[in-house]
Amino acid sequence: MAQNLDQIFVLLTGWMVSYLPEWLRPYGVAVLGVVGVLAVYVTLFALTTWFERKGLGRMQNRYGPNRCGPFGLFQPVADGIKALTKEDLVPRSADQVVHFLAPLVLLIVICMGLAILPVGRNMVLVDMDAGLLFFFALGASTELSVFMAGWSSRNKFSLLGAMRAIAQMISYEVPLLLSAISAVMIAGTLSLPKIVEAQAGFSGILPHWYVFTPWGFAGAVIFGIAAKAETNRCPFDLPEGESELVAGYFTEYSGFKFAIFFIAEYLGMFSISSVSVTLFFGGWGAPLSFLTFIPSWIWFFAKVLTIIFVFIWVRATLPRLRQDQLMNFAWKFLLPLSLINLGVTALWRFMGDGWQRWIVCAAIVIVSYIVLGLWGMRRQHVAPRKYSYAD
Amino acid sequence: MSPVFYLLAAITIAGGLAAVLLKKLVHCALAAAAAFAGLALLFLSLDAQFAGFVQFLVYLGAVAILIVFAILLTRNAEEQDGGLFSRTWFAGLVVAAAVFAVIGWAVLRSGSVLPNQLAVPTATVRDIGVALMGRYVLPLEIVALLLTAATIGAVIVAMHEKEGEQ
Repeated sequence: MAQNLDQIFVLLTGWMVSYLPEWLRPYGVAVLGVVGVLAVYVTLFALTTWFERKGLGRMQNRYGPNRCGPFGLFQPVADGIKALTKEDLVPRSADQVVHFLAPLVLLIVICMGLAILPVGRNMVLVDMDAGLLFFFALGASTELSVFMAGWSSRNKFSLLGAMRAIAQMISYEVPLLLSAISAVMIAGTLSLPKIVEAQAGFSGILPHWYVFTPWGFAGAVIFGIAAKAETNRCPFDLPEGESELVAGYFTEYSGFKFAIFFIAEYLGMFSISSVSVTLFFGGWGAPLSFLTFIPSWIWFFAKVLTIIFVFIWVRATLPRLRQDQLMNFAWKFLLPLSLINLGVTALWRFMGDGWQRWIVCAAIVIVSYIVLGLWGMRRQHVAPRKYSYAD
Repeated sequence: MSPVFYLLAAITIAGGLAAVLLKKLVHCALAAAAAFAGLALLFLSLDAQFAGFVQFLVYLGAVAILIVFAILLTRNAEEQDGGLFSRTWFAGLVVAAAVFAVIGWAVLRSGSVLPNQLAVPTATVRDIGVALMGRYVLPLEIVALLLTAATIGAVIVAMHEKEGEQ
């Protein structure tokens, strides 16, 4: 029974495809898979917008949406109708074709990234030999659509915002890649399903996830921070600073094109959280050995939603960084730390089993964190802010 | 030759032609990026995964962005109006056709120089990694050193102005 429940989507696909003629079956499997993945992630997107506003409200001592349906649950539907019925304004001097293409390119590229995620046991749409590389390759091409949006608007604030966003994405891509490589080094493969398999198994009741090793913990934290910057989430959401910076590359977009940027941002957040779950948090594996009876896909989405919750939590807590702080943090703190972490991972790989490697690796990670942190803060004077009031 | 091949070939060729013929430089750069993407997808459809991914990462992620930045930083964005195509489209087309002819000639001639290879080469990402880290490790390190030197040089060039002020 538990076995069947675990594989329910695989079995359902097989059953539905069995009605098709023989030569159509591969296409049937592909279409069903694409429809399924898109439906699940877009539903998650709708729920997350509600969850985010509700959670932010809770953390900031207010209600959040509470008018549409029970607990404001129909708010995403209302938002969707609003976006669809709004007038789609395009500036007269804008480059019409590029202006139209930019959100589409962004959404297509991000949806392609969803195809390689292993969302459960035997549940991966495209099992690539180098799936992780494919994911980062697609991530690199989102920058171009950001530029298209900013340039085609013929607005200097849009163009500046696009430049800012691209500089941020390029800078944070380096620690993102370097921290992902540490998981690849230990698993010895670039295929996401195989990285999940490498983290299977339990010692006692605890799982063998990479996050429970010194290098894995540091890698997961670096990956999480860089992922926030890649998806333009707070505290790196400079493109959304409409009050201070006139927003960013999507200032001149309205109506449903703006909604597409919004969807793409959230889908990008889901896909990058899914990759971090796959790399460091055991993918679809259960967190404790006696919980394996719960289907794998439930575990996967539970972990992804937990990470999304942390994103929302951070957004409610931290203020926005300034552009120079953003760049300094990426190049002077995250990059050296992720390089050191790469060395620690290699050390872990070659020191063999035993308790020594735990102490040595943990010591290197902690010492480098403290030294880099102190060095980065050496000219900063952290003290309670002094206020001067006009009498 | 599947429909997918024709679709990708059409994207690549249209992107390449547009890159040569269009008037606005940014349009040309974006069209070149479309051609790069079509080429990457062609590599993927040929099962050359590594080549396809590197085409994406390097050409779309780095080269296209670099071209676009270079255009924006060096040129006045205001162009004179009039016409979709560049005035020198014929010269651009001739140069592109000449380069294509040379490369095509070289590829066609290579059949007689090189012995026939297996129809389906089995170079996985893993094999490429092992080769890079084993047999070709010295060239790889030299390239890495060169790139590091170039990066440091770029930083120094960018810093020069600030030092002059002090």
